[in-house]
Amino acid sequence: MSDRLRVKKTYKLYVGGKFPRSESGRSYPVSGPDGTELANAALASRKDARDAVAAARKAQRPWAGQTAYLRGQILYRAAEMLEGRAGQFAEELADATGAEPGQALSTVESAIDRLVHYAGWTDKYASVLGGANPVAGPYFNHTKPEPLGVVAVVAPQDDPLLGLVEAVAPAIAAGNTVVVLASEAKPLPALSFGEVLATSDLPGGVVNLLSGKVAEVAPHLAAHADVNGLDLGGVADADLAAGLEAAAAETLKVVRRPGKAGSPLDLLRQWTEYKTVWHPAGMAAAAGGAY
Amino acid sequence: MGSILSGAEAAALVRALPGVDAVGLEARAAGLATRSVKQESKARAIDLAISMIDLTTLEGADTPGKVRSLAAKAVRPDGDAPSTAAVCVYPSMVATAAEALEGTGVKVASVATGFPAGQVPLDVRLADTEAAVRAGADEIDMVINRGAFLSGDLERVFHEIAAVKAASGDARLKVILETGELVTYDDVRRASWLAMHAGADFIKTSTGKVGVNATLPVTLLMMQAVRDFRAATGVQVGVKPAGGIRGTKDAIKYLVCVNETLGDDWLTNEWFRFGASSLLNDLLMQRQKLKTGHYSGPDYVTVD
Repeated sequence: MSDRLRVKKTYKLYVGGKFPRSESGRSYPVSGPDGTELANAALASRKDARDAVAAARKAQRPWAGQTAYLRGQILYRAAEMLEGRAGQFAEELADATGAEPGQALSTVESAIDRLVHYAGWTDKYASVLGGANPVAGPYFNHTKPEPLGVVAVVAPQDDPLLGLVEAVAPAIAAGNTVVVLASEAKPLPALSFGEVLATSDLPGGVVNLLSGKVAEVAPHLAAHADVNGLDLGGVADADLAAGLEAAAAETLKVVRRPGKAGSPLDLLRQWTEYKTVWHPAGMAAAAGGAY
Repeated sequence: MGSILSGAEAAALVRALPGVDAVGLEARAAGLATRSVKQESKARAIDLAISMIDLTTLEGADTPGKVRSLAAKAVRPDGDAPSTAAVCVYPSMVATAAEALEGTGVKVASVATGFPAGQVPLDVRLADTEAAVRAGADEIDMVINRGAFLSGDLERVFHEIAAVKAASGDARLKVILETGELVTYDDVRRASWLAMHAGADFIKTSTGKVGVNATLPVTLLMMQAVRDFRAATGVQVGVKPAGGIRGTKDAIKYLVCVNETLGDDWLTNEWFRFGASSLLNDLLMQRQKLKTGHYSGPDYVTVD
């Protein structure tokens, strides 16, 4: 029998494609539902949130500028990476939530399927949500959904992996970049998910993962003028949610309130805005073009 | 003022300068960079830094329209924020800038002397300078002849600076050492003293057009030279770090160095400047953060 000590993982943040500790140097113990201590996670601060928003902003334009096809390929690649590590994630999920191993594995598989689902949406949602509009004049008139920019996500508290994937995937599929505050009490599967993203050709900064106290960090994200959308899906406290929504209104953010998420298309619509352009039909019409 | 020294005397003085303690210099700069400036002090530092900016555009793609919008921003960057010190442009844009800034108190600075390489004949460099002054430049940013300096011809560098100083007339002369091309601290010290002896009103680190621009240790070294030069001759010379200073934190580090090395006499835009373009937006965003209590973003400042 070996008396080798197991090498334990240090759970760190995922910001700008790197895995830093909190700039504050703080951490907090994370326990399973039965009280066994699982690990220490970094306790993110206001400045970590600020750095994450800066990283997300830097990554947003290049990410939105990638072809929809490539964004789909990258999301699919993330699904591939998660598939290869499904066993590890099932174990982490079971430790975090107390779920039966079989149930935990099926949750991981749902997360993989969700990534594949949104990988398929990347080059299709624009046709569904936008398109050519009929107008009474010699113009082409198009409506095109465009990403909001940077979306801050408070991930669901009790569904630390699948809930996070369901919140993040539609936002990044549409060309946004995100700053995610992982489940406060169960952050470990989310932080491991950062490793999946880091090996999926996803450019650094497109997804940034923070672990910490919702009540401490979320207000700074809600008030940050460089954040364009706010997902309050994981805010359990109604007063806090109302306060965050009020803070978000000061800088005109799109807010998704706590509660059940809508359909995938609803979520894609949530994190996009619409641009309509008029273009003179000009020569095409004069030449008897088919438009 | 012109120099009281001949080229040979200045070159001999400069060659006799002691070497720079590189480790000590970098440690000193790093130590000063750790000062934490918060709250009211930070607010004052931000406004001071804004007032010291030479808001710069030096692109082949500069247009009169771009220069005019930059001038408008220099005069009134944001709400009650102070004006910047100057707008810095190429000679061909000086007339446009001078017209836009007339009566505002914001100066027009022009790079000249074949900026940024300076690799054109001396008479062309002097004509470049005279044209900029004629067009209305209050300040001239010249580049030194690095080719001559690096080959050891200090006298030639001295005479050229003195000639440009004469051609600048009443305009204040900033001498760009291009420290990234001088490479060693010893050469930065020599070039600083040589430029000051030749009549520089300011010594400036960089053009912003080479890989290495202003760094804190190099600027600190130049501040020390300026301090020692005043002690030796009674003549005060300004310092202008330029290129690569993009953030409020960086700007405040430079101000701390000015305060600790040179003192209050230099803590005004008469004697200290930042050559920068994107720095202004970061300062304005930090200023908004202090006022509103939440982080600002690039959507809340002008794009230029």
